[in-house]
Amino acid sequence: MKTSSQAHGRRDGQRNGRRDRIGWPSTIILLLGAFYCLMPVAWVLMAATKSTAELFGTFTFSPSGNLFTNIANLTDMRDGLFWRWMGNSALYAAVGGGLSTLISAMAGYALAKFNFRGKKLAFNILLVGVLVPGVVLAIPQYLLLAKVGLTNTYWSVLLPSIISPYSVYLARVYAGAAVPTDVIEAGRTDGAHTWRIFRSIAMPMMLPGLITIFLFQFVAIWNNYMLPFIMLGNDQLYPLTVGLSSLVNQGSQYPAMYALVITGALLSIIPLIALFLSLQRYWRVDLAAGAVKA
Amino acid sequence: MTAAQATPSASPPTATPAGTTRRPRKRKRQLWRDLPAWGFLTPVAVLFVLFMVAPIGYALFLSFRTYKTQGLGLGKGARKEVWNGLENYAKALSDPEFLASVGRVLIYGLVLVPTMILLATIFALLLDSRRARLKQFSRVSIFLPYAVPAVISSLMWGFLYLPAVSPFHWLAGRAGVSLPNMVSPNLITFAVANIALWGGVGFNMVVIYTSLKAIPSELYEAAVLDGCTEFQIAVRVKVPIVAPAIIMTLLFSLISTLQVFAEPMTLKPLTNTVPSTWTPLMKIYRDAFVRDDIFSAAASSIVVAFVTFLVSFGFLRLVQGRAFNEDQ
Repeated sequence: MKTSSQAHGRRDGQRNGRRDRIGWPSTIILLLGAFYCLMPVAWVLMAATKSTAELFGTFTFSPSGNLFTNIANLTDMRDGLFWRWMGNSALYAAVGGGLSTLISAMAGYALAKFNFRGKKLAFNILLVGVLVPGVVLAIPQYLLLAKVGLTNTYWSVLLPSIISPYSVYLARVYAGAAVPTDVIEAGRTDGAHTWRIFRSIAMPMMLPGLITIFLFQFVAIWNNYMLPFIMLGNDQLYPLTVGLSSLVNQGSQYPAMYALVITGALLSIIPLIALFLSLQRYWRVDLAAGAVKA
Repeated sequence: MTAAQATPSASPPTATPAGTTRRPRKRKRQLWRDLPAWGFLTPVAVLFVLFMVAPIGYALFLSFRTYKTQGLGLGKGARKEVWNGLENYAKALSDPEFLASVGRVLIYGLVLVPTMILLATIFALLLDSRRARLKQFSRVSIFLPYAVPAVISSLMWGFLYLPAVSPFHWLAGRAGVSLPNMVSPNLITFAVANIALWGGVGFNMVVIYTSLKAIPSELYEAAVLDGCTEFQIAVRVKVPIVAPAIIMTLLFSLISTLQVFAEPMTLKPLTNTVPSTWTPLMKIYRDAFVRDDIFSAAASSIVVAFVTFLVSFGFLRLVQGRAFNEDQ
């Protein structure tokens, strides 16, 4: 795609040199957007280097030298509770995202490549599920899990995070587009078992799409606030989002907390930003292509 | 898709008497053939039932129940759970706090969704234009906030809003002008909408941009030859083609608007201007966990889930109908 449009641009440039001049207005609007989006991140980077007194006393964008003191204070807080939150977030997001991707790939593959009774019904139920937002479900999920005594456990956050109708929907689109039916037929005539065909033939073909699904789900779970906030009472089980918001609540009584909160905010966005920059090429979010095919 | 339609017709009911006697066995064989497919679907189906259908069913059940106090209401067994008909729904729908929260979310959505989709579309078109520069840098920068959890973005913006810390207030102070306080009751809707805009515009931009990239350039080569400006091509050719992507971003933004929770909950301790029933979900949370009234919380949850579903479903029907008319 990219190469064709570049080639087109070059060809066009040769024909009419006027068109490839720098478009200042366009560039400036884009840079304004970039500034708007980077500015709060730059602020948190600067603010994390300050003590609480400096935070309220100096110009917000001038850095200071307290970053490592802040990190040390944050680490000391209740025997490294902050790092435990970080670990919990990673656990919820990695395990939940991984399992979610696996079962979505299976279901999407079945919906795209198998013929069976009730297939249309199953797909329609799935679409209804896409339209029911997870957050609205959080309180009913809590009520039900409370009934069976599962609230305030790792399971109460992990299990509801695994089901994602939207991931199944995406997996179905990818399986339909990336796995040719003749390849499955060929595997079958070679005598491969259904599961083996899925694992060794279909999964590798779907891999780029599956990575996108995993990233989606990983970010959704890592960023989720309401579900763990409702489910968990024990702060040893908190993910970062709930942990930091509990620190903000203490901050209204102990302003010294604010320096810790801001340092924590900085540390907790670093892993996701790293994940983003390293896996950039998988962020091709083709919602509409799926919509057309559905 | 085509193969799916072929299968049922592959076993047409034969007119011969022999065919009718063989039919039960055929159905059995069909069941055997369906087994692997259902095997693949089982994990999703089980979790779907356990964590989507069952919670909604249980909430529906609770929404028709209530506690009835017996005698003086003292001691064990004095509270009995009984059926309550539509009483909880009547209470929820006439509760001024609930209605006020719905009103706030409507205004919030009216401010946020059009702004976000318009900006996302503009950024995506500029990224796709040939004359803009620094596109890679802008794309990554604008998408970056998607990696920041709503709790943390609310925290950052919350500090940026506070007059004591805000660089905007500092600059305005130097320039001798006074800025309005963003977290005052009048402006808090805009303050929350800005946080959601910051977090969401890049994601929607990438969705629209991905779909713009998929347009074959031959489609607008003719327009280029005709001497159309890039702006004309963008508005007349590109936007109509990526309309399905824009519609999907609108839909997902609408859904996430109705469930706004993390942003106001985080701003609350920083500002004191956010009441604990600012959005419907905050009110439901308070009813269930602070007031321990799970029955009306269940009824309000059902109302919110139902309205969300209706809005998105109705929206899909509406745009589908319109697209269809345009084709003709």
